[in-house]
Amino acid sequence: MGWLDRLTGREASAEKAKDRLRLVLIHDRTDLTPAQLRDLKDELIAVISRYIAIEPQAVEIQLSQNGREQYLVANIPLKPPRRSRR
Amino acid sequence: MPGTVLTITSGKGGVGKTTATANIAAALAQRNRKVVCVDADIGLRNLDLVLGLENRIVYDLVDVVEGRCRLRQALIRDKRLPHLFLIPAAQTRDKTAVSPSDMVRLCNELRQEFDWILIDSPAGIERGFRNAIAPADHVVVVTNPEVSAVRDADRIIGLIEAEEKGPARLLLNRLNPQMVRSGNMLDAEDVLELLAVDLLGVVPEDEAVVISANRGMPVALDEKSIAGAAFRNVARRLEGEDVPLMDLDDAGGLFQRLGRLFGRGD
Repeated sequence: MGWLDRLTGREASAEKAKDRLRLVLIHDRTDLTPAQLRDLKDELIAVISRYIAIEPQAVEIQLSQNGREQYLVANIPLKPPRRSRR
Repeated sequence: MPGTVLTITSGKGGVGKTTATANIAAALAQRNRKVVCVDADIGLRNLDLVLGLENRIVYDLVDVVEGRCRLRQALIRDKRLPHLFLIPAAQTRDKTAVSPSDMVRLCNELRQEFDWILIDSPAGIERGFRNAIAPADHVVVVTNPEVSAVRDADRIIGLIEAEEKGPARLLLNRLNPQMVRSGNMLDAEDVLELLAVDLLGVVPEDEAVVISANRGMPVALDEKSIAGAAFRNVARRLEGEDVPLMDLDDAGGLFQRLGRLFGRGD
């Protein structure tokens, strides 16, 4: 960072570029917009809920990558089983 | 042994495909390999100009494909490097004048006579790109450490994989070590992590590239140029040698020290 940037508190831009590219590349590669991903999540929750009790607010669905391979990673916590009391 | 077809492409325009083609070709020819460059950028030819061969064109790629001349007649020999040849693009036609199967046929003929066939691809993802990668054994993607160039490189790498021409290798062109140090330019590591491909080389920004293009003399032949040295390293890697990346910090460090000497700091 140059002295001028330090003086003005402006952040170096390369990190920003990398973060923005990371996101945009994931969506470019899958051809899936953030809005579509949200719809996918809602529908998935609805389908799964028909079979098993889940915590809808805790569901996490995101695109991730390993090398050039893309993954849809879903973390779907189940509702704790109701304890039967006697 | 039949020659190898190497296509140099990018997605985004202006990142240095033609410069890379001319200089990798010159560096290979300097190593006594028989090399032919094919300018596949029909309608926007420039490889002739960068190589300094623009005044010697009689026939072009489209003349060969359409049978107006024999292949041999369209080959222009470089007078400085007797192993280097060029097949220029047609200037008054468009990309549809040649088909991917025309390119495959042409390259199969060239393979019999040359060690390396380098194809300078046009920018974009349309017909011209498909023409350029159809005959490829290997593909090099050129990019700059800038957001738009990296994004387009990612797109083209995906298309190369879809055409089963991968894995592509990356040539990171015009890296400015001083900007990397100040945190204002993506480093080679950042770009490789984002694109997840193998690296063929890093070419630092160097005024000598523009100067040598002005003169029509490949910078790879300039022993003093740091970009020229980077292109010569790329040629050696293509031939299977294990050549470490240049230490660009040292070169930049020198500039920085000079800068401080003249009171400009950074």
